[in-house]
Amino acid sequence: MDLNRRTFIRNTGLAAGSLLIPVWGRPVTAFAETAVVPVATKKKLADAALNAATKKGATYADVRIGRYLQQFIITREMRVENTVSTESYGAGVRVIADGCWGFFATDQLTPASIAHAAEEAVAIAKANAKAKLQDKAVELAPQKGLGEVSWKSPITKNAFEVPISEKVALLMDVNAAALKHGANFVNSVLFQVNEQKYIATTDGSYIDQDIHRIWPTFNVTAIDPKTGKFETRRALSAPCGRGYEYLSANPADKRTGVTTRYTDSYDMVEDVTAAAQQAKDKFGAKSVEAGQYDLVLDPSHLWLTIHESIGHATELDRVLGYEANYAGTSFATLDKWKSGNFQYGSPNVNVVADKTQVGSLGAVGYDDEGVPCKRWDLIKDGVLVNYQKTRDQAHILGQKESDGCCYADNWNDVQFQRMPNVSLQPGQAKMSVDDMIKGVERGIYIIGDGSFSIDQQRYNFQFGGQLFYEINDGKIGGMLRDVAYQANTQEFWNSCVAVCDESDYALGGSFFDGKGQPGQISAVSHGSSTSRFNKVNVINTARKI
Amino acid sequence: MTNLTKGEAEAVIKKTLSYAKADETQVTLSGRREGNLRFARNAVSTSGGTEALTLLVQSSFGQKTGTATINEFDDASIEKVVRRAEDLAKLAPENPEYVEFLGPQQYLAPKSHFDSTAGLNADFRAKAMADCINPCKAKNLVAAGFLEHNAGFSSLGNSHGLNGFHRASTVNYSVTVRTADGLGSGYGVCDFNDSSKLDAKRVSEQAMQKAMRSAETKSLEPGKYTVILEPSASVDLLSNLLTAMDARQADEGRSFLSKADGATRLGEKLVDERIHLHSDPMNAEVPGSPWAPDGRPRRKVDWFKDGVVTNVGYSRFWAKKKGLSDDKAMPNFGNGFGGGNRAVGAFEGSPGFIMDGGNASLEDLVKSVKRGILVTRMWYIRPVDPQTLLYTGLTRDGTFYVENGEVKYAIKNFRFNESPVIMLNNVEALGKPVRANGSLVPPMVIRDFTFSSLSDAV
Repeated sequence: MDLNRRTFIRNTGLAAGSLLIPVWGRPVTAFAETAVVPVATKKKLADAALNAATKKGATYADVRIGRYLQQFIITREMRVENTVSTESYGAGVRVIADGCWGFFATDQLTPASIAHAAEEAVAIAKANAKAKLQDKAVELAPQKGLGEVSWKSPITKNAFEVPISEKVALLMDVNAAALKHGANFVNSVLFQVNEQKYIATTDGSYIDQDIHRIWPTFNVTAIDPKTGKFETRRALSAPCGRGYEYLSANPADKRTGVTTRYTDSYDMVEDVTAAAQQAKDKFGAKSVEAGQYDLVLDPSHLWLTIHESIGHATELDRVLGYEANYAGTSFATLDKWKSGNFQYGSPNVNVVADKTQVGSLGAVGYDDEGVPCKRWDLIKDGVLVNYQKTRDQAHILGQKESDGCCYADNWNDVQFQRMPNVSLQPGQAKMSVDDMIKGVERGIYIIGDGSFSIDQQRYNFQFGGQLFYEINDGKIGGMLRDVAYQANTQEFWNSCVAVCDESDYALGGSFFDGKGQPGQISAVSHGSSTSRFNKVNVINTARKI
Repeated sequence: MTNLTKGEAEAVIKKTLSYAKADETQVTLSGRREGNLRFARNAVSTSGGTEALTLLVQSSFGQKTGTATINEFDDASIEKVVRRAEDLAKLAPENPEYVEFLGPQQYLAPKSHFDSTAGLNADFRAKAMADCINPCKAKNLVAAGFLEHNAGFSSLGNSHGLNGFHRASTVNYSVTVRTADGLGSGYGVCDFNDSSKLDAKRVSEQAMQKAMRSAETKSLEPGKYTVILEPSASVDLLSNLLTAMDARQADEGRSFLSKADGATRLGEKLVDERIHLHSDPMNAEVPGSPWAPDGRPRRKVDWFKDGVVTNVGYSRFWAKKKGLSDDKAMPNFGNGFGGGNRAVGAFEGSPGFIMDGGNASLEDLVKSVKRGILVTRMWYIRPVDPQTLLYTGLTRDGTFYVENGEVKYAIKNFRFNESPVIMLNNVEALGKPVRANGSLVPPMVIRDFTFSSLSDAV
């Protein structure tokens, strides 16, 4: 589910709305200290929590000490709408006592107060056990102690160390380019996140991590005053686990074609220049004729379809019913997995979960319960072969280890199962986008993500996009408008007849993926190469009011 | 201590302002105590609570402004947050759309706080859950639900003499009950400011009934159908409609209210003449916040009256640019967090809405329908086209076929593609409004509602 992403996009004016933005944590100025808290200080605090929990009868405890920094720069046309900096520092203690989970958080980081939080967590666990609100004792997959280890996002330029004036200047260049090339309005935003996370567990792990994420994005609007119509085009950038170097475009990371697309770095001015022209071009685009088309889907679009129809569907907590009241359950049930032959997609569909992929939003060294991260298959040759799991879920599948999928969006939220990067693997045979399009008689080429909606068991979905081009007899024709496609997840992935090779592979992703009650966000990437899906149902979304 | 009295809050704001050196300074102090319980598979999954007290300082030098917040309240920390906001303001670029802070305002005093809700605790939450899962277990049903309650205050003050204090409380309960075989699913939901109105057992019972009744479904062909929308099904679409009623977007030509040559639909009849959609912070059923996020007073506002677009929302800058005084230009319906998010809105300015209806109950409306579909809940509603306010989404957790005034059988869920503007032009009947997600919404009978495909989801 992607509620938070939607909320953010609306609230930053990228869609069309007001400019207040929700922040979590404690907003501070741009002068927040960038120096990290010394590891020795964190270890001392962590030991105070773990010892207090054990003394009160916890059979397991983990403590997460986190400092979360965010900076958002929000602009429209030639002015800065808002600059928001937030900092949040505190600790969350999670324990198992009498077979039940308990959790308590505090922003008072002294050995005494963190020990008190640990005692409160044990008291909650024991109260839950006494009230018999849980049927079975928690069973954790084993995890050997790792000692003192650390991990850092492999960035080369920390965005928080770049002066705000430099970042504002970039966004003003972007907005000026949009206006110069015919946009009537432009909103641009730079989101930057730094999580300084420390976790210690009673297994004997003390893990220090420094995690960076960035998302530059924009939305341009063109108005046709004669008709009162308007058109928009959003950025083709990908939020990613990179530093400010993402904004130094490397020519090798550009994919040319009907419009320029980007892989590991991004040219924001170039993209907005194209966007302004394309928003105007949409006025002259043909309204799509509803019917079945072969779809050619760019990675900047396909990531969201992967996210909704594979990523969420293979979350084990959803499959088991833990999200039934809100996000829903999943069609990818255990019996289908156990059969060993559930054809989720065609043999071209190979999907991996990967928490180690460089540049991805989900890449970390260790998850939020101290499990080292890894890569594993979810769908192999089209067959469902695995799910996404945490330590307390592995035994349900008869497995011996967690997949490292535990995450909390802040120190004051309890960690739970969140999606790793889930990506479609490139095709083995050499194939470019041009090669793929040559074989399509009647199709639509879709670039960029747009409207998205999927049912609560992940069967029926509908997606829009940013750019739609007609394909006739192997050639790209004119631009189309009013396009959305609807499909059933299993039918759609079984209609995947080709995937381009690795030279076309790129990541997309969600910076604000929402899940849980109360809601938590997470950031996750989805990679793919351009892929072809045959005979998908396309609807025309034009209406008159 | 998070729930300060009016006097305690005023003292903190006064002290904060005493440190200020900026041209203008505005202070918001808010506190909240929350508790929640989440359950699934007939067992607790998470439970907890939080307390928070936050001081937010906005400082301005000319057209340069900065914001900082802190959650520590010793004198040094309060002075530090004022200095931080001022330092940030000095660094900020000039904002040509800056509007100076308000002077003293007359605020209404909605009764939004109830001691009943403020006194809720873990025992209450556990009992609500037990009252749901015990009968579910007895009938081989599986429940997942969420109960949360909060009570808090918000207070405002600035260097021009503005001041305000408001307390609010809310409790929300929702539950999804599924049959053990996963073939039936039913939903129940309610929210109140006053927890003495909450009958969690009744809500759970409704969800159980719907789950059992929907265990066997038939398929209908997608197409245009008459629908009976329960208030919990339509509230989000209506809230989206009101949130989109922004004056600047309309004037700039990028709204469903925009027309050719810079004109707008303000003052035009856009929907059925029976439609009266308004907001009123003093409504006893859905009391709202007395002020908008920028401090302007909330008052009764007609958004649609007799089907006519009567008001659109203005920022202070846009009102000034258009030469409208504050009493002529209403603050936007939404608060920037989404119009319907009452967990935030009760404190931070979303008013909720009131849609007038008739006296008929949901059951009465069902009896009036010859052939139609009863919808309990809509899900994953997302915008498709902002020009027409077209949304897509799905029915969920209790969708039934109605024939000759009777619920005949459960049907498979549908995806819809529909605009609330078109929907409100196709009104057949409106029932008696009830509270849903912080708003008062009538059950409705709507003709020609567009279902575009079937979903296998239960």
